[in-house]
Amino acid sequence: MLKIQNLHVRVAGREILKGLSLEVAAGEVCAIMGPNGAGKSTLGYVLAGRDGYEVTSGSVTFEGRDLFGLAPEERAAAGLFLAFQYPVEIPGVNNTYFLRAALNAQRKARGEPEVDAVQFLKLVRSKLEVLHLKDELLHRGVNEGFSGGEKKRNEIFQLAVLEPRLAILDETDSGLDIDALRTVAEGVNALRSPSRAFIVITHYQRLLEYIRPDAVMVLADGRIVERGGPELAEQLEAHGYAWVRDRIAPAASAAATAQ
Amino acid sequence: MSALLDSLAAGFAGDATCRAALDDALRLGLPQPRSEAWKYTSLRALERRSFSASTAAASVPGAQLESIPSPRLVFVNGHPDAVLSNLEGLPAGVSITACGDTRSRSIANGSTGHTADDVFVRIGLALATRGVSLHASAGTRADSTIHLVFVGTTTEADLAWHLRNEISLSDGSELTVVEHHLACGPHAHLDNGVMHVDLSKGSRLTHARVQSGSSSGTSLLRTEATIAASARYERVDLELGASLSRHELVVRMTGPGAALVSNGVMLAQGRRHVDTRVRIEHDSPESTSQLNWRGLATDRGRVVFRGGITIHPGADGSDARLSNKNLLLSDAAEIDTQPVLEIHADEVKAAHGATVGQLDPDAMFYLRARGLGEGEARILLTAAFCREPVATVFDGPLRDFLVSRVDDSLSALRGGLS
Repeated sequence: MLKIQNLHVRVAGREILKGLSLEVAAGEVCAIMGPNGAGKSTLGYVLAGRDGYEVTSGSVTFEGRDLFGLAPEERAAAGLFLAFQYPVEIPGVNNTYFLRAALNAQRKARGEPEVDAVQFLKLVRSKLEVLHLKDELLHRGVNEGFSGGEKKRNEIFQLAVLEPRLAILDETDSGLDIDALRTVAEGVNALRSPSRAFIVITHYQRLLEYIRPDAVMVLADGRIVERGGPELAEQLEAHGYAWVRDRIAPAASAAATAQ
Repeated sequence: MSALLDSLAAGFAGDATCRAALDDALRLGLPQPRSEAWKYTSLRALERRSFSASTAAASVPGAQLESIPSPRLVFVNGHPDAVLSNLEGLPAGVSITACGDTRSRSIANGSTGHTADDVFVRIGLALATRGVSLHASAGTRADSTIHLVFVGTTTEADLAWHLRNEISLSDGSELTVVEHHLACGPHAHLDNGVMHVDLSKGSRLTHARVQSGSSSGTSLLRTEATIAASARYERVDLELGASLSRHELVVRMTGPGAALVSNGVMLAQGRRHVDTRVRIEHDSPESTSQLNWRGLATDRGRVVFRGGITIHPGADGSDARLSNKNLLLSDAAEIDTQPVLEIHADEVKAAHGATVGQLDPDAMFYLRARGLGEGEARILLTAAFCREPVATVFDGPLRDFLVSRVDDSLSALRGGLS
């Protein structure tokens, strides 16, 4: 479904991704873990098409199409979804109105019929329950005055309504207490299907106890440095990221320890 | 003298007092090019134009006003229209009349300034033989909204009219008023007005003004309001039409606990020029003012905003807040904003801020990442930006009506935004 080959990305003149390669197949949940500053969020943003991320080499294909040839909204219509680490507050834009406009814009782009207000409301009600989101939040501005947890749940709610082919969750667990974490994980698990893939970007193993990944990748210094199954996440949790650093550049690490 | 003032004075008919007032204004003439009050609004094009006095009402298809419910008082080209007006449902305790010539009184009471900067107000008071007088008697609680409708129609010659309107609320009364300024067909008329608002103790006025005049028209207005002790004045101005619109809003808080909320939206597209000049005078202790104005300029449009707040000696414990945010959406558009805060009292809370910028790129990306096209995302964010000042004053059907007026004007910009 997603194929990233030797991706190099610069942000504000600094190289952040330095030859990242990754493949995610339909139905797969791929966790990407890594220390702060490894380039995890950059990966999410560059896939979603944010301005200011300069691809200097490498390629990304999404279901066979060159992702970088598409505008952000075209990527969304093609089925790519980024759950933001920091969802943006947009006062004055009604949450429900926005989501229906987004859904219909995507459907229109795919040549599907638009969803009317009644159908949409039905869809929304069914998804709200799963995420234990208050009805009242729908009538507010997009993320306006939402708590940290409500913002993250709203991201997953949008994911549930938009039903993308590939969902990238960028540190969706950060700032969540254990109950909210469980709710979010339940929401994600309910959406797992053989035709949908997930990239779960996280700093901690905690989320992966609730969302069992098929593959775990370790991203450090702009590259994938380790690949494994769920057990890799547990090893990381036990040994910390220093353990990864040893494995990337043992000589440098040894030198640092010697000093 | 200018062609403009010549042509306006030619419409004069009245007694010696009015004549003297007019001659006084004419002697000083138009504001000087160096005038601070007119620095950003050039009258060079206007001063070369001439207008005929509007001498008769014109017909307006009733359907045009269908969306405006009664009780409503309608003026067409500066003349009251008895057929279009409908005072059905006028709340008890409220009186509304299309008043005749009250010039001698308004000139005698005039506190409208005495320099060339005030030329249009002074000429207006000397020439205004008509207007609306709206009054709520003490203790009135009006539950229906009063609509004042001012229509300009297509005519052969460019017309000028001058109206002097007044709204007065006696002690403890409450009233909601919507002023509609609209065009029935294209025209390039000059609508020059003076509005006096007088709020007595403990009264409460909610007031919207929707200026959606002809795109070639000129709208000049001075609003002068006084707010007595514990009275509250909330207003929203929507500047959506006319080629040149200048509104001077002067509010004086004369009693302790007087409160003002003044919000507005200024849209300048094409070559429109929108100039709003607010002057708030805190004369009394514990008086509050909250101003939230939003401007948007695109194409070659221009928005000028001056928000002046003065807290005079003795107005201790007053609270003044002014925010003016602006969106500048094209290279050829211009926005000039000037918040001015003067404080001469103690224990005062005051804050003011003005910004000019573009749409928030983070919000743009968020919307696009969910599938909205760039143009659609822009429209959504722009509409949200413009709706806020309305939504914080009005709710229910009136909010919906005012928001739809803003949205309609924005959808006319669609080409420019997307």
